[in-house]
Amino acid sequence: MLTPRTLLAAVLATTSLAALADTTLTVYTALEADQLKAYQQKFEQEYPDVKLRWVRDSTGIITAKLLAEKANPQADVVMGVAASSLLVLEKEGMLQPYAPKNVARLSKAYVDDSNPPAWVGMDVWGAAICFNTVEAAKQGLKKPESWKDLLKPEYKGKIVMPNPASSGTGYFDVTAWLTLFGEKEGWSYMDKLHQNIAQYTHSGSKPCKQAAAGEFPIGIAFEYRAAKLKDGGAPIDVVFPKEGLGWDVEATAILKGTRNLAAARSLADWSASQSANELYEKNFAIVAMPGIAKPNPHIPADYEKRLVKQDLRWSAANRDRILAEWTRRYDNKSEPK
Amino acid sequence: MTSLSTPRRLAASRDETQAGALLWLLLALLVLAVLLPLAAILGQAMLAADGSFAGLAPLRDTLAQPGLARAAGGSLQVALATTALVLPLAYGYAAALTRVALPGRGLFRLLALLPLLAPSLLPGISLVYLFGHQGLLKSWFADGSIYGFAGIVLGEAFYTFPHALMILLTALAVGDARLYEAARTLGAGPLRRFATITLPATRYGLVSAAMVVFTLVVTDFGVAKVIGGQYPVLAVEAYKQVIGQQNFPRGAVIGLLLLLPALLSFAVDRWLQRRQGTQVSARAQPLQPLRQPLVRLLALLYCSAVGGALLVLLGTAIAAAFIQQWPYQLGFTLQHFDFDLVDGGGWLAFANSLKLALYTALAGTVLVFLGAWGSSKLRTAGTAGQLLHALAMLPMAVPGLVLGLGYIFFFNHAANPLHGLYGTLAILVLCSVAHFYTTAHMTARTALAQLDGDFEPVAASLKVPLWRTLWRVTLPTCLPAVLDIARYFFVSAMTTVSAVIFLYTPDTVLAAVAVLNMDDAGDTAAAAAMATLIVASSGAACLLFALLSHWLLARSQRWRHPL
Repeated sequence: MLTPRTLLAAVLATTSLAALADTTLTVYTALEADQLKAYQQKFEQEYPDVKLRWVRDSTGIITAKLLAEKANPQADVVMGVAASSLLVLEKEGMLQPYAPKNVARLSKAYVDDSNPPAWVGMDVWGAAICFNTVEAAKQGLKKPESWKDLLKPEYKGKIVMPNPASSGTGYFDVTAWLTLFGEKEGWSYMDKLHQNIAQYTHSGSKPCKQAAAGEFPIGIAFEYRAAKLKDGGAPIDVVFPKEGLGWDVEATAILKGTRNLAAARSLADWSASQSANELYEKNFAIVAMPGIAKPNPHIPADYEKRLVKQDLRWSAANRDRILAEWTRRYDNKSEPK
Repeated sequence: MTSLSTPRRLAASRDETQAGALLWLLLALLVLAVLLPLAAILGQAMLAADGSFAGLAPLRDTLAQPGLARAAGGSLQVALATTALVLPLAYGYAAALTRVALPGRGLFRLLALLPLLAPSLLPGISLVYLFGHQGLLKSWFADGSIYGFAGIVLGEAFYTFPHALMILLTALAVGDARLYEAARTLGAGPLRRFATITLPATRYGLVSAAMVVFTLVVTDFGVAKVIGGQYPVLAVEAYKQVIGQQNFPRGAVIGLLLLLPALLSFAVDRWLQRRQGTQVSARAQPLQPLRQPLVRLLALLYCSAVGGALLVLLGTAIAAAFIQQWPYQLGFTLQHFDFDLVDGGGWLAFANSLKLALYTALAGTVLVFLGAWGSSKLRTAGTAGQLLHALAMLPMAVPGLVLGLGYIFFFNHAANPLHGLYGTLAILVLCSVAHFYTTAHMTARTALAQLDGDFEPVAASLKVPLWRTLWRVTLPTCLPAVLDIARYFFVSAMTTVSAVIFLYTPDTVLAAVAVLNMDDAGDTAAAAAMATLIVASSGAACLLFALLSHWLLARSQRWRHPL
């Protein structure tokens, strides 16, 4: 029946659709370059009126950029950025809470617990070690099985890890060690590990790529890059240290003050949808929507159980302090070699 | 000029007024593109992290950071070591090219200038493939010791060699044969002759070359970023503060520190130019290149070794671009040129770089030539001409990194009416023109100085409009220099990272920046592939300019001798 109210609703619906026509969203992301294309294609296919313009960099840099632009945000949406970073932005009041259409179907552990949520998880990425078997055989290195193994003198100058100030992967390694070993023991573990580290890299992917190329035999990395490189034929073993694995949630959030709120909501909806989760599944062992993930030959079935019990809120609240301490100890002290 | 010519002067003065106005306009543009951004850095260096005014506190805080002192020390050490390495190498090479009848001299000169075609990141990439843990010659640098001091010095040596060589070639090109003759007659051996004649005569060139190398090393961050490992240097620290931590005030303070060696070298250079002057008297006899077979052989071997090393460094990165997966799969591949699945912007970045280089060459050449012409040939140039000439010298003393930072602070200010330029290709063009202005301006002035100053007044007295004289006489005569300027702008814009690293957006990302980002993400082969594209296009551009120059000269010759 055509009541004035339904008419009004119809008019409103078409105008809001018209407003959506060919909006370009600026999306800040720390997703890997080789994941972006598939996500973008699928999204633009389902929402042909919205185009995505990515600004991609490592987690720490995207976070710093967002914070620096606080007064005049340039991004409409952040997608695929660590939840521990988004929690920092949430504390600064920079996020626009929104409950995407599908949010009820997502695992609660990977969605912000306020209502409506400030950020919504996509998938979990966690620590792994890339170990080059060819170089190990040449240099007589034994495969490490635990974090503590990495302290052995035989690995001196053989290990690369991401710089936690720039890389989200590097940051969850540090918080996991602090959680696993306690504050004091954690820092003393890193002091010793520092003696064996050859380089701290800008990106979280580089250590595994360097391990795969044999440039450094051991790279502290994350499971997606490790599995991907192994699939590509790199001579690496993927090690999941037995004490437990650092992790974080890749999540999506809308920036407060976006001029493209409707389109931003479309992207947030898509990011929580089944078709998006099916794409995440191709890259990650744990995705926000239960029942979607399939086994990956390079990743153990009990992967989720191996993750350390850690509180992302603690990681976020202590981010500044931990990074300052890390930089003071290792970045500034890196001696000329 | 006598009062008789007054009516003629009046007739010509409308052109001259126009030209004078144009000169003021060019001056305003330089103020906008160079002076104001620099002033903005000074201002920014006095702000606290939250943007409030803090006076000298940020400077104090930054200087008190232990990391900064180490970075400054690191920069100083690599710069001194590189200077100590490059200077004798380039001096020997320049001496062989100028003082010895060297077979294949032109080829060796070209070989030594090849590094100019590449971004400074390229030698870093090559060094990884040569001396890294999987390098072809890894035993030369045990346990990855190439990462750090050794790698930075070698990479910078590659990057700065042609700059030092060009200065030393000029210094060694002139000499007085009579002095050598006299010394020989007095029984001085070759070493004594070198120490008492050659070295003193070229000391200004040596100091000048040393300052240039030192400054280039301190302000470059491409080499250190790729091969520096954990070795701290100032330029990388500035990059980390601004890009990594978005700490703009601290970046500004480090930027000011980077300005110091450049300003110092600039001042020394100016002082030297005043002191020089009467090196060669009017009665000097031209030098005859040495022809002794042994000297020629030694020179040939030396130049082959040095030139060969440069070629190897350039060639390694290019070869790496075509190898499947070093060191495990050595087959040939083009897959690294498929940039879709790696960071950096891929083919868009390459297309943007070509556009930037083209626009910079066009805009830069027109602006520089008009400015140089106006400031040196125009009777009414006056204050504007002097100011323009002075300001044109300034970019030489401003490292790209500092200029780029200044552009953020100046153009990204909400109160700036030119705010809209920020994030466009136009601002990248403006920044590149400003960055490379000085050398181009000097080239244009030198070419113009060779033209008799009487052309303009004579043409004016014949009632030939000023613009026609410029178009029909001045420009055609200066054509080789004009093409040189355009080529210089093109290649510089193609290879630079330092100024533009802070100014690009995802839509205006550039090839040299892509090389940096690819290497940062661990995609070294893709970085090598992109660097190869840069070298190939700057090489092609040089070739094209050489052909164009040849053809245009032939044509302008015909124009000068009509049937």
